[in-house]
Amino acid sequence: MSTSTAYRPLKLSGLEPLIVTPESNFVNVGERTNVTGSRRFARLIREEQYDDALAIAREQVEGGAQIIDVNMDEGLIDGELAMTTFLNLIAAEPDIARVPIMIDSSKWSIIEAGLKVAQGKCVVNSISMKEGEAEFLRQARLIRRYGAATVVMAFDEQGQADNYERRIEICQRAYVLLTEQVGFPPEDIIFDPNVFPVATGMDEHRRNAIDFFEATRWIRKNLPGTHVSGGVSNVSFSFRGNPSVREAMHSAFLYHGIQAGMDMGIVNPTMLEVYDSIHNDLLERVEDVLLDRREDATERLLAFAATVESKGNEREKTTDAWRELPLEKRLEHSLVKGITDCIEEDTEEARSTIGSPLRVIEGPLMDGMNVVGDLFGSGKMFLPQVVKSARVMKRAVAYLTPYLEEEKAKSGARKGAGKVLLATVKGDVHDIGKNIVSVVLACNGYEVIDMGVMIPKEQILEEAVRREVDIIGLSGLITPSLEEMIDVAAEMKRRNIQTPLLIGGATTSRVHTAVKIAPHIDSPVVHVNDASRAVPAVSALISKEQQAAFAEGIAADYAKVRIQYQRDRARKKLVSLEEAQGRAPQLDFSSIVPPKNLGIQPVDEPSIAAVRAFIDWSPFFRSWGLAGAFPRILNDEIVGVEAQKLYDDAQRMLDQWERDPSGIAMKAIHGIFPAARSGDETIALFDSSDPARACGQFEFLRQQIDQRDGVQRSLADFIAPGQAPCDYLGCFAVAVHGIDTLANHQATEGDDYEAILIKAVGDRLAEALAEWLHQKVRRETWAYAPEESLSNAALIKEQYQGIRPAPGYPACPDHLDKKQIWTLLDAENTVEATLTETLAMQPASAVSGYYFAHPESRYLGVGLIADDQINDLAQRRNLPVASMKRWLSANLLDA
Amino acid sequence: MHMASSESTAYPSAASIAHRTSLLHSAASSRILVLDGAMGTMIQQHRLTEEDFRGKRFTQHSDPLKGNNDLLSITQPEVIEGIHRAYLEAGADIVETNTFSSTSIAQADYGLQALAFELNEASAKAARKAADALSTPERVRFVAGALGPTNKTASLSPDVNNPGFRAITFDELVASYREQALGLIAGGADLLLIETIFDTLNAKAALFAVHEAFDEVGSELPIMISGTITDASGRTLSGQTTEAFLISMEHMPLFSIGLNCALGAEQLTPYLEVLANKAPFRVSAYPNAGLPNEMGEYDQDPRAMANAVLPFLERGWINVMGGCCGTTPEHIRAIADVAESFPPRGLHAPLSDAI
Repeated sequence: MSTSTAYRPLKLSGLEPLIVTPESNFVNVGERTNVTGSRRFARLIREEQYDDALAIAREQVEGGAQIIDVNMDEGLIDGELAMTTFLNLIAAEPDIARVPIMIDSSKWSIIEAGLKVAQGKCVVNSISMKEGEAEFLRQARLIRRYGAATVVMAFDEQGQADNYERRIEICQRAYVLLTEQVGFPPEDIIFDPNVFPVATGMDEHRRNAIDFFEATRWIRKNLPGTHVSGGVSNVSFSFRGNPSVREAMHSAFLYHGIQAGMDMGIVNPTMLEVYDSIHNDLLERVEDVLLDRREDATERLLAFAATVESKGNEREKTTDAWRELPLEKRLEHSLVKGITDCIEEDTEEARSTIGSPLRVIEGPLMDGMNVVGDLFGSGKMFLPQVVKSARVMKRAVAYLTPYLEEEKAKSGARKGAGKVLLATVKGDVHDIGKNIVSVVLACNGYEVIDMGVMIPKEQILEEAVRREVDIIGLSGLITPSLEEMIDVAAEMKRRNIQTPLLIGGATTSRVHTAVKIAPHIDSPVVHVNDASRAVPAVSALISKEQQAAFAEGIAADYAKVRIQYQRDRARKKLVSLEEAQGRAPQLDFSSIVPPKNLGIQPVDEPSIAAVRAFIDWSPFFRSWGLAGAFPRILNDEIVGVEAQKLYDDAQRMLDQWERDPSGIAMKAIHGIFPAARSGDETIALFDSSDPARACGQFEFLRQQIDQRDGVQRSLADFIAPGQAPCDYLGCFAVAVHGIDTLANHQATEGDDYEAILIKAVGDRLAEALAEWLHQKVRRETWAYAPEESLSNAALIKEQYQGIRPAPGYPACPDHLDKKQIWTLLDAENTVEATLTETLAMQPASAVSGYYFAHPESRYLGVGLIADDQINDLAQRRNLPVASMKRWLSANLLDA
Repeated sequence: MHMASSESTAYPSAASIAHRTSLLHSAASSRILVLDGAMGTMIQQHRLTEEDFRGKRFTQHSDPLKGNNDLLSITQPEVIEGIHRAYLEAGADIVETNTFSSTSIAQADYGLQALAFELNEASAKAARKAADALSTPERVRFVAGALGPTNKTASLSPDVNNPGFRAITFDELVASYREQALGLIAGGADLLLIETIFDTLNAKAALFAVHEAFDEVGSELPIMISGTITDASGRTLSGQTTEAFLISMEHMPLFSIGLNCALGAEQLTPYLEVLANKAPFRVSAYPNAGLPNEMGEYDQDPRAMANAVLPFLERGWINVMGGCCGTTPEHIRAIADVAESFPPRGLHAPLSDAI
């Protein structure tokens, strides 16, 4: 470029100019206003102590920083807000604002927030080709338009440059793009060729400093006009805790870096020894390492470092900076960050200092968990993180348990913040949500008595009375559990138990709780639809001051819900069953495809690798309270980071199961039977080898809510009518075994996070197994779509012919057909799954359902039904009407 | 906010913009261009009443409108055109549009924020009509669309007890300035003048917005930047030195950078010298008619003002010269007379750069 032949200096500004010419000395950038590098600054920002945070900035400028680097990249800090606030405050302090700002973030949105509040010409730190050329160019153009210089990291689509060749290759490519496509002035480009640690003990790190120096030399020579910067303190990472050695390393690194052409650097001026005053013995060893001059350079420096009197703590064993914090802060750090590495060591230290193990729990540990609770409550932590925190807490409590027993023997039992009993009701085995609530409550200081799954009401109430709990929480996923919950409530009233009741679980709702449960009970009853709502509800219900007001508020709200419900009900017109049947759709049955294989088809156990490809991940994130569709959720601004971690953990788990599938067994079976619609909603099934012989029947339900198009649908409509076999219907059952054992193992180890994760992944695997099997049926056994080839995304959107509805779901809300499926497929023996008395499947990670192949078959919602259909169904099933009503209570208009 | 789009608004063609731009560049290389003087001073002489400001269109408007000088481009266009003509007849090469407060942000004081685009378009048309009327092939006259500082500052808190507070954000300024720029371009402005900058961040938002407007229009106009040094501290209101101000604004190619308002020519000298030495663009200056007297009036007469700017011209600092508060067509005539005898500042590389 002709314009780059004339040398132009880099010009920056705060309130005053900063001009970097070849004659300028090295420009030092103050690093202390960086939350990733300064614990103190991070704490001040978190606590919004901006006056003290400004003081750090002022010290930097007074101490000679010519630019101040401001970085707000921390999970617990709202980066855009903190950047905006801090730079606005700096603008009001002329003695700070006189220097230019380096806006430092790995998030473009934070950089942009900074650029929008700085009147001077700033430096962006940094952009790179990490996310490809297009994004790089877009950001560079915007930086031009905002009027800033930029640091460019040696980072591209393949990753961070870690050798000489990659450094120069990436920097050259970036230079050409910036100068030729964006018109970026070369003098406004500052390359950061990556300072990496040396003396790590690993051979591939030995040239880290040399490669940096040589790349710097190359850049200054071959990319005219540009500058070179770097984060110096990285180089001495291996010597954390030994300031004397670190200072010497920084000074020596800078000395050689500047000679190579590095003209800017992020440094802590107070952590810099004057090069000339470094003791010769130390300097020689440091330079041996930096310049890779000896095979044993690292060993020699390490040996020497041990003799150098450290200004810091000599007993320092670990290299992590947070280990230098006071005990309480270390415990808090472990809890907030979910780190188990040092928790026992720190707990022991707390126990020996404080004396009483109980006071350790109630003191520093609970303080830490309260921080977690606050962060979660304010949306700054997400469920997966909280569960990890609970894992740390549990580890600490487990460590203290023997001491607690000892203490208990001396005194009485302890009284915590409150006792909450949790149970999944009789007949239901689902407990992921309940376990999350359990963990979150425990994190908030409540003593949780988790009775597990399938607990009869008598046991729940006896335990509640015996343990004198403050709250009873009921959970359930399948619709019959709603009836169980009503029974528990009624039984509480009968026994005159005044304990407040919490209701939760996927099928529960505020309306159901208000309309169906609350009228049966005298004590307060509250529906909580996710774990985060459980904490405030429990806290209010337990608090003497708040309970009355809270309960009154809820009761008033539920009274309103009931009135609204009555109004809606009055408004909802149901058509009679007879009329609905008259308005059934008339489908074309001229092209029925006879199955390639009729009858029961056992399936060889597939590999985990084959099945995991069918996983629909979106519900997985929902079960953790993270909203958003996969894969977009991984890039979500708010929950993306946590979603990615969760996803990585799930993938890791699946990888592990794939390598060693011994603990997991996937069983699947299906059958395809000759069939005919023998009644309006009844499908008769016939023996596959003797089609004259009936072998069972399925009973479906028909919509009675007046449909907009005038058509009242039932799944039965998808089968051709007749008394003799004229069509086909399939059914299936799949189960993933071993999940509970694996989860229980983790739970007893105290790792609730892993335990919940195992169950959540197990559920997904069971669904994927059903999806995998359905494809096999469409392509191979029934083979009505032998050529089908769909992506996983298309599968999730169900873009194939045919459906696989499951009993108990909206298209066929009656669970009772599961018994028929079990009989037909001998599922108890073939897939080794059983049905509870309310027809939940065991193991919980199981799926069963029907196969309809008609090209027009679609999922539908039956919705509300009237008494005439209940009576009709009771007659068909030969059951008392009252019993039928109980099974379908969720679909009934009347309570 | 007016969402002007290329479908609903006709902007001058790229070819016509390019043509006018080349005429401006050739004029600027042959002589010192004379900018007009104060608009407000001239309007005051008309002693307009509330009814005059309202015109026929705004008789029912709820807020008082007297003092909303920019509105006169719609309600009393002949007054505004007459002022432009007076300056052009006095020797101005460039007249500024009557749009100092025509952003939606500033017009909100009068409840007229929705009128912003129209105000700018009307003002640019009025100025252009006058400029075209007095243009000859030998001496083309130009219209500078003026973007004022607004009445809010993006880098200063209006609340002394809450220094982190801001009454306006960058994004709000960008949206408002973008609308103003589009209105000015639609009305036929030949260049855009971001002026009386006392908060550099406001001006950066204006510059950002102007380029967004260029993206929309599909071509670029020359940009003039003019900062304001508020007092003898030598800094802008937002605290920057002249050189820091220059560095903060020079990331985009500019037609010129300079200083206006707040000070008289004499007091402006040291700061103008900084720009003359360091700016890689043309340099402009349009000071006030001296410093205000104890009555708040500017009483430097035309001859005195011409003498005061003479040193700038003698030292070869200037490409564009005009007047700000207190100046009249007589001042501009006096300035045009002296400017005529000096060559414009050459576009040389900046003289010195050192830390």
